[in-house]
Amino acid sequence: MLSVKDLSVAFKTRKGEVNAVRGVSFDVGKGETLGIVGESGSGKSVTSYALMRILDAGGEIRTGDVVYGGIDLRAASETNMRDIRGREISMIFQNPRAALNPIRRVGHQVEDVLIRHAQATLQTAKAKAIAALEAVKINDAAARYEAYPFELSGGMCQRIVIAIALACKPQLLIADEPTTGLDITTQKAVMDLVGDLTKERGMGMILITHDLGLASQYCDRIVVMKDGLIVEVGEPKTLFTDPQHAYTRKLVDATPRLGASIRNLLPPEARRPEPRHKVHNRPLLEVRDLVKTYPGKTGPIQAVKGISFDIKAGQSLGLVGESGSGKSTTSEMIVRLQDPTSGNILFDGQDIAATPSARFMRHAVRRDIQMVFQDATDSLNPRSTAASAIAEPLARIDRMRGAKLTARVSELADLVGLPQPLLSRFPHQLSGGQKARVGIARAIALEPRLLILDEPTAALDVSIQALVLNLLVDLRAKMGMSYLFVSHDLNVVRLLCDEVLVMKQGEIVDRGPTATVMDTPSHPYTRALIEAAPQPPRSIAA
Amino acid sequence: MILGRVAQAIPVVMGVVVISFILTRALPGDPAAYFAGPAADEASIAEIREALGLDKPLFQQFFYYVGDLARGDLGTSLTTGQTVMSDLAARLPASLELTLVALLLSCGIAIPLGVLAATRPGTWVDHLCRILVTAGVSMPTFFTGIVLIYVFYYLAGIAPSPLGRLDFIYLSPPHVTGFYLIDAALAGDWETWFGALKQLILPATTLALFTLAPIARMTRAAMLSALSSDFIRTARAAGLGTRKVLYGYAFRNALLPVVTTLGMVFSFTLGANVLVEKVFAWPGIGSYAVEALVVSDYAAVQGFVLAMALLFVALNLIIDIAYALIDPRIGLK
Repeated sequence: MLSVKDLSVAFKTRKGEVNAVRGVSFDVGKGETLGIVGESGSGKSVTSYALMRILDAGGEIRTGDVVYGGIDLRAASETNMRDIRGREISMIFQNPRAALNPIRRVGHQVEDVLIRHAQATLQTAKAKAIAALEAVKINDAAARYEAYPFELSGGMCQRIVIAIALACKPQLLIADEPTTGLDITTQKAVMDLVGDLTKERGMGMILITHDLGLASQYCDRIVVMKDGLIVEVGEPKTLFTDPQHAYTRKLVDATPRLGASIRNLLPPEARRPEPRHKVHNRPLLEVRDLVKTYPGKTGPIQAVKGISFDIKAGQSLGLVGESGSGKSTTSEMIVRLQDPTSGNILFDGQDIAATPSARFMRHAVRRDIQMVFQDATDSLNPRSTAASAIAEPLARIDRMRGAKLTARVSELADLVGLPQPLLSRFPHQLSGGQKARVGIARAIALEPRLLILDEPTAALDVSIQALVLNLLVDLRAKMGMSYLFVSHDLNVVRLLCDEVLVMKQGEIVDRGPTATVMDTPSHPYTRALIEAAPQPPRSIAA
Repeated sequence: MILGRVAQAIPVVMGVVVISFILTRALPGDPAAYFAGPAADEASIAEIREALGLDKPLFQQFFYYVGDLARGDLGTSLTTGQTVMSDLAARLPASLELTLVALLLSCGIAIPLGVLAATRPGTWVDHLCRILVTAGVSMPTFFTGIVLIYVFYYLAGIAPSPLGRLDFIYLSPPHVTGFYLIDAALAGDWETWFGALKQLILPATTLALFTLAPIARMTRAAMLSALSSDFIRTARAAGLGTRKVLYGYAFRNALLPVVTTLGMVFSFTLGANVLVEKVFAWPGIGSYAVEALVVSDYAAVQGFVLAMALLFVALNLIIDIAYALIDPRIGLK
């Protein structure tokens, strides 16, 4: 149905030309689902934009043929392309809330497409739009028709995007990271919906993702891309059990999965024995009846409903939950960026919740509780070098100055594996993994006893995630820190944590040793989470 | 929401009352001495000072002022001899009419120009837009005004003489709103309407040229950022036409910063068109305030400051309502 031959795309930038895609060829058959897997910068999204001819300014197809159902898409006029987009080939995108016009009712956005492709007239548009919303299993579609994107959840927004994409019954759907940024149960619901709808209608699909597990679960065939080239093509099963290319092997290794240890994520040559961390039997942190209530439009909202738990000295505790579960609020209260409405936070027996967060900066315990933030890019000041970012807590809390400070910063850089020459760089000159290392170095600069990690690898590619997770394991053993590891990714929590808490709607619904909770989940919600997480086929590499 | 906004404006207005009172009293110059004339002796100056109430303590003067204000009495202007209220009623519409027509003209040119420039960044359209608006903003208004008068009145003779709002051959339309264009239209007097319009064109163009730059630049920037949003990509991937993507999706999202800029431009134009009013002998509020300020005409200056403050409060209210109309996310927060 779709045949791409020798496609090359180049972008003009200030630094000269960048070849984003370099001679890519693949076919998609009718009713087939093709996965394009790769890490950031592999050219997987650019490939799809190129065949839709919606490349950003400066991007240009250099060579190659794109033929869809006998039509040469590269030679087609812009008017013809506009007829093809949305009616023959559709796309859905990551970050669904941003993918919708924020100030237009979602129903009208569906109508726009229907009317554009003459699938409806002004009179029939509303009824057809509601039918399109019902087709993507939106409850109470007539009411949702009137909603604006900001009034809907992320999963609901993605359903709307899918409704827009499928409204005109296209033959091919390109899904560009459709579930990135969605909760794991929502991810499953969205992927199942897309899978069912494409199957029902006999559509072809291209699923672009960084998640090998997801691709292997939903695709018939997978293309692995790296640096604009296809390195390997194969069926999911063979790709996992017998990866031919070194890069595929690295990706397969780095994907967190059942039965793999944290060292298994690294390439075989980098696997050193995993250091043991010592868990003491005395509690370092005791949280008692912690409550956080926000004022809401319709009465107060209870974000955290009186939770209690302990973290032992040296222990790593995983805090798992979906968005809105209160896990971030909890971690922010413990790190003392927010004040609890009621309850106690005892650190080493001392109630640190008694000191308001605004004055906690001068508290003696401040240095002992540090945090690694979710987005390594956003949490670094773009105008400070890596060195000054790492030096900041030392200068502020330890009043360290001059040569001593410089020496400590370079020592920390060694500790987190950040090459010394990079210290003078600004965040935008560093890669995602390097920025994550800077964030970790900054957090451990004061040798805290408790480190709170808020989804520290969520924005990283899997191979980088593997390195960062292993770094965290090494640091934990070396420095004897306790971790509170906040994550939505159960596979990662399983690798890193001794015990786990599962939060839902402000309450802890399940808790216990990680292995027990994960392997024999007792609570239905835990079970739902575990089932929703995509599992790659067991590979020989494990 | 609107009531809430009005309530928020009350302390602002009260603050303005206090500050305008104190500021005018702090001005150098003695109005009593000014009105007594150069030949007056101490006794007659003191007499006038007493008649004006200026011999009382400041605190007491303030209470008299607030009391009068509560009754809607802004006092009497010393220079014109009229009540400040009637002066403002006559002059404020003149300034507003000029400013509004200038802004309409400016938006009519600047917004399409900005949109064009944003859709073709780096092309000749973009550069032309940049040159035009830079030229407009770099020439002072009194200079543009004089050049326009020289070319269109003196050389070409198409424009009427730059002497106020209406040529002496017309009678001013019956006072309804004070806006000559509206009043003349209401009265069905189209001859006067054209007469008023002819007088308006040159000063309005002068102001419009000056305000092109901020509006056009902001439209361009807002359009560029809207066009690079994710939802534009979605719209394009769904095959929507250029016009729909540009106006239905990008432009409405770009309107918010443009409206903000418009509010700011309106404020500074209204305050800064003194020079244009002087050049075109426009009987506006700006020239009135400057004349009053020169002679320490307290009542007139206070009346002017208060009127402007109320106007800006109203303007901000209108902008907030416009926001809520454009962006459904704002009304609820």
